[in-house]
Amino acid sequence: MNPLFINFIYIISAALFIFGLKMLSSPATARRGNLLSSLGMLIAIIITLMNAGLDYKWIFLGILIGSGIGAFVAIRVEMTSMPEMVALFNGFGGISSLLLAWAEYHQNRELSVFIAIVAFLSAFIGGVTFSGSMVAFGKLSGKITQKAVVFKGQHIINAVILSTALAAAGIFCITPASGFGYVLFALILLVALGFGVTSTIPIGGADMPVVISLLNSYSGIAACAAGFVISNNILIVAGALVGASGIILTNIMCKAMNRSLANVLFSGFGSTTAVQAGDGPQGEVRPASAEDVYYILEAADSVAFVPGYGLAVAQAQHAVKELGDLLEANDTEVSYAIHPVAGRMPGHMNVLLAEANVPYDQLVEMDDINPRMDSVDVCVVIGANDVVNPAALDNESSPIYGMPIIETHRAKTVIVLKRSMNPGFAGIQNALFFAENARMYFGDAKASIQALVAEFKND
Amino acid sequence: MEPVYLTFVFVLAIFLGFELISKVPSTLHTPLMSGSNAISGITLIGAIASLKCDNLTFAAVLGTAAVAFATVNVVGGYMVTNRMLEMFKKKNKNEGGPR
Repeated sequence: MNPLFINFIYIISAALFIFGLKMLSSPATARRGNLLSSLGMLIAIIITLMNAGLDYKWIFLGILIGSGIGAFVAIRVEMTSMPEMVALFNGFGGISSLLLAWAEYHQNRELSVFIAIVAFLSAFIGGVTFSGSMVAFGKLSGKITQKAVVFKGQHIINAVILSTALAAAGIFCITPASGFGYVLFALILLVALGFGVTSTIPIGGADMPVVISLLNSYSGIAACAAGFVISNNILIVAGALVGASGIILTNIMCKAMNRSLANVLFSGFGSTTAVQAGDGPQGEVRPASAEDVYYILEAADSVAFVPGYGLAVAQAQHAVKELGDLLEANDTEVSYAIHPVAGRMPGHMNVLLAEANVPYDQLVEMDDINPRMDSVDVCVVIGANDVVNPAALDNESSPIYGMPIIETHRAKTVIVLKRSMNPGFAGIQNALFFAENARMYFGDAKASIQALVAEFKND
Repeated sequence: MEPVYLTFVFVLAIFLGFELISKVPSTLHTPLMSGSNAISGITLIGAIASLKCDNLTFAAVLGTAAVAFATVNVVGGYMVTNRMLEMFKKKNKNEGGPR
């Protein structure tokens, strides 16, 4: 088919991607937006298959394997495991850009300097995305330690790796057609894979929202670079959209922790501060039993649940929704206040609660709940810690000082569900637990909530 | 001229991306990520187009692997995003409320 016509059809696909993303601006239209976007993809795939001289046996082999794996994962994955899955898919996007650049280069080694540069970028960013995402996947799924792994000379090693890659790239771009050029390209691939590991391994579990967002952006940029290699507009447009999305999310996550991107990537946060865990506020803790909590909730006019990663770990979202329903039946106003970095990826808590059938109009953002916190009768903090730590507001020496928090301490009563008094990710004690208006309700989040549900039902 | 033209498209697309994505509410950030994962599977288009009949075998193997990985993204990404967005519901209409 005429290549010009194919390129015109790509414009339709690009328009559908853009419409799809636009409709993601509201939960009411989001699903249709996703369908539109997938329609755009389908059109692009079909029209590409009409190119002259394609070797279909390889193409269909690849598509068959890919759709089998993709569909299997998409159907089977638990909502609590979404962060792992997104990390894995980021990696696959990266490796396919790497492979595409490699295949193009292997087929035709006579590259112009410009094409050589973008081929290097596609392969390098793709490689970093792939190995970085595999490390993130390992951390999120608990296959490797969630702690920040920091070793001596980390920054020096990374700097050496990076300058090796740049030097190799420089020579490669001048002589891509020579045998030495091919060796350099292979070296770049290896270095990229290594750099992905060494740059992701020092980042701790609770900083994963930033890392996933960043890798998401890399996978888009790698696709973009691959688009430059083969002079294909649709790859450039789609890659740029994904790249921009990842950058925006990264920025939002960093702001929500009041830390710079450099601090998240290089500081090994959470591994050094843990040492001073013994310091910080001390005082008397007021434990509460299921019955005590029941009486508090029963008398409340408004209740705000504040979920954190502990909710996902305990798989407590359905129990929370059940309790929420009982409270509503008791004429209590129920909302769910969600901190931007709660959980292990952007929006993680929203998806879990949506899975449990919590309507999205009850999901409230931090900036909406804070101004009216004084009028909230009871805040129920479930498996969250640093994001409700008042030290972020008033203790200048605290490592999390300046981070915006959900100001639960201003509610009339705060009930904190927690396994033990262990500090959270930042390794600091939480003054909220010792506050006058706070009650600690110890135990597994799911079992604790179920006990409350039972209390309500017995009544 | 070609590089200039492609870069031009790239820059415009980045700006458009910023405009679009900054309007996505934080409630939908997870579906946004999985959906953009699916879109980054666009390399599938390039990978398909690279698999020509006259390819060297090794290039064909690389291209096929690229097709497979990109398809995982496209199929898995769109399906899981759809599954998630299905769960986002407004408050149920039967205003009679629970018993």
